[in-house]
Amino acid sequence: MLDIVAQITLAILGLALLIAFIRMVKGPTLPDRIVAMDLLGMLVVGLIVVLAGWSGVHATLDAAIVIALIGFLGTVAYATYVERGDPQ
Amino acid sequence: MTDIITAFVWLAGAVFALLAAVGVLRMPDVFTRMQASTKASTLGLGCLLVGAALQLGDLASFIRLASIGAFVLLTNPVAGHVIARAAYYADVSLWKGTILDERREHARAATPSNRTAE
Repeated sequence: MLDIVAQITLAILGLALLIAFIRMVKGPTLPDRIVAMDLLGMLVVGLIVVLAGWSGVHATLDAAIVIALIGFLGTVAYATYVERGDPQ
Repeated sequence: MTDIITAFVWLAGAVFALLAAVGVLRMPDVFTRMQASTKASTLGLGCLLVGAALQLGDLASFIRLASIGAFVLLTNPVAGHVIARAAYYADVSLWKGTILDERREHARAATPSNRTAE
């Protein structure tokens, strides 16, 4: 039963990734794209966590920690760039 | 029993993450989009972490999952605040239906472009 549930969970997370990616491509201003990129990082962390829990391989959780850290740093760096410069 | 709880929590977390993505796509404004993304994705990722902790069940992975959870809980509000502040100061236009903008008078005096002009 858990196999089916994990596959459904991964499918829903993939759909969410696709929708967030649409916003990142469409986004009229740069802050829209930063918000979408932040959400993409969160969704990838969730995907890795579910995959680790399903397969029992807990070495991939280190990758999830690193992606969460890098995503936060990237968001803050982009926001600093937007605050200084031109939003277009 | 553990499997049933894990299944429920994982499905709830995935649905919350999907709602965050739909909110980011459908909301009219940077600030409303940021609100949808930050809150719903934090809750969704927390649910997924709880499910994975139940499923793995050893101390090493539990510590890693708890540190991911604590880190996301600390950094996500900060990231949302920083994005909203940068967007506001970069003069991103608000939604047409916005009824209250308490920061406008205060922000006009302290915009970075005004500071550098003086």
